[in-house]
Amino acid sequence: MSFLTLNHISHQYFTEKSYTKALDNISMTVEEGSFISILGPSGCGKTTLLSIISGLIKPTRGEVTLAGVKAEDAEAEIGYMLQQDYLFPWKTILDNVLVGPKVQRKQTAEVQEEGINFLKEIGLGNVINAYPAELSGGMRQRAALIRTLITDPKLLLLDEPFSALDYQTKLKLEDLVSHLLKEYHKTSILVTHDIGEAIAMSDQIYLMKANPGEIAEIFEVPIELRDLPPFQARKHLKYQLLFDRIWEELNSLENKHQV
Amino acid sequence: MKTNTKSDDQLFEQYRKHRKSERKSVMFWQFIIFVVFFAFWELASRQEWIDPLIFSSPSQVGLLFTEKLLDGSLWFHLQVTLIETIIGFALGTIFGIILAAILWWSEKLSKILDPYLVVLNAMPKVALGPIIIVALGPGYFSIIAMGAIICVIITTLVVYSAFREVDENYVKVLKSFGANRRQCFTAAILPASFPAMISTLKVNVGLSWVGVIVGEFLVSAKGLGYLIVYGFQVFDFTLVLYSLLVIAILAAIMYQLVEKLEKWLIKNTEQ
Repeated sequence: MSFLTLNHISHQYFTEKSYTKALDNISMTVEEGSFISILGPSGCGKTTLLSIISGLIKPTRGEVTLAGVKAEDAEAEIGYMLQQDYLFPWKTILDNVLVGPKVQRKQTAEVQEEGINFLKEIGLGNVINAYPAELSGGMRQRAALIRTLITDPKLLLLDEPFSALDYQTKLKLEDLVSHLLKEYHKTSILVTHDIGEAIAMSDQIYLMKANPGEIAEIFEVPIELRDLPPFQARKHLKYQLLFDRIWEELNSLENKHQV
Repeated sequence: MKTNTKSDDQLFEQYRKHRKSERKSVMFWQFIIFVVFFAFWELASRQEWIDPLIFSSPSQVGLLFTEKLLDGSLWFHLQVTLIETIIGFALGTIFGIILAAILWWSEKLSKILDPYLVVLNAMPKVALGPIIIVALGPGYFSIIAMGAIICVIITTLVVYSAFREVDENYVKVLKSFGANRRQCFTAAILPASFPAMISTLKVNVGLSWVGVIVGEFLVSAKGLGYLIVYGFQVFDFTLVLYSLLVIAILAAIMYQLVEKLEKWLIKNTEQ
């Protein structure tokens, strides 16, 4: 049985006057330890899909199961990383990292030690007691990553976590995140509108189209690219080939939409 | 070019000197206005350009001040009013914040209560004075209630809207860890609304003085508000102005203290 299963998910947003169909009949299965990207134009319901998987939103139809348990009941098993870091400005970096264990009432001396070690490992050892405002965007997003990882989630959801960063920082963070996730053997779903990022980081790419949000196509990333760090993968010949295929597919989807 | 010959340190020194002289000039003019105001008041009163019976004069107010200071009645009335104001202010603020928290807790309740809060906020609370005094008796309780009631609704409205303006994503982060509503409130909503709460404190200082003074007008037993009403009834406007002056000084001190508290809180919660 698959690790994560989405079974015919549909979701509507209701307003006073009408309703919009954000997602229509989405099914997917994700194997444990794999890295999936969901790629698509803005407004195709990517973030909605992620919120549904995380159990923060209940879909109007269908259900999500994580290792056999309904997603709503498995909230603590799922880590969520947002577009911005959303570190609490009144807490130190270490306290921010320990927010998860604190909420789950698992804050022990060992967890604190683990947090400090984690921060040291990714090069934030000297800002443990600093406040988020004193850190650069990249450092903050790294701290947010540790905050997500420290509760040891089985599934990691990444909602365009690199979109607010400058290009250089983004490339460096991609490598770091990819390395960490492989090291700890995490299952991850990345939402992005960046084709290159999707190819460089993932094993499988789900291409979505908008109005209503549906899965248009699934691309398998060549095995040669999967094992390379994202920065190296970007230089590979097959990267360019896949990029062109996805690019064409995206364009044709757009054209169909206009007609 | 002449300015380029100066070193960075010299330019910095120049900048600091400029800032310092500007600060001095502001303080100088503040002092001048103070002196001119009281000098002109004294002069106008002595020359009878204004009616000394109604407008009194600084020297008479000063005489009364030392007299009251010596016979201990200044301290007595001041203490009564000050305690009433501080308690009224604290109660109004605390109840306002609690009420705001309840409204945040239940969105439905806040929708239901919305029109009532708007009406209560628009209504002049001092008009409730007579009812409060009859209900709670003419004493401390009524006056404190006046001081509290005048700032409780506005605190509720301001703090509640601050709660609602907190970025939803902070709550999302906590919820992704499985936080319940209470945890979301104490870990995100409350600390994020801290600045808004402190700024309502400043507004409430002024408001609770109004409530307490009006309460003392009505109860008319003791306190600075009572002295104003008494002075008015016996046509002793020196007493009225004297009380007014003491209130102005106290309100200014209280405001300064709240400002100090604000700085301290910001420093100790963010640093």
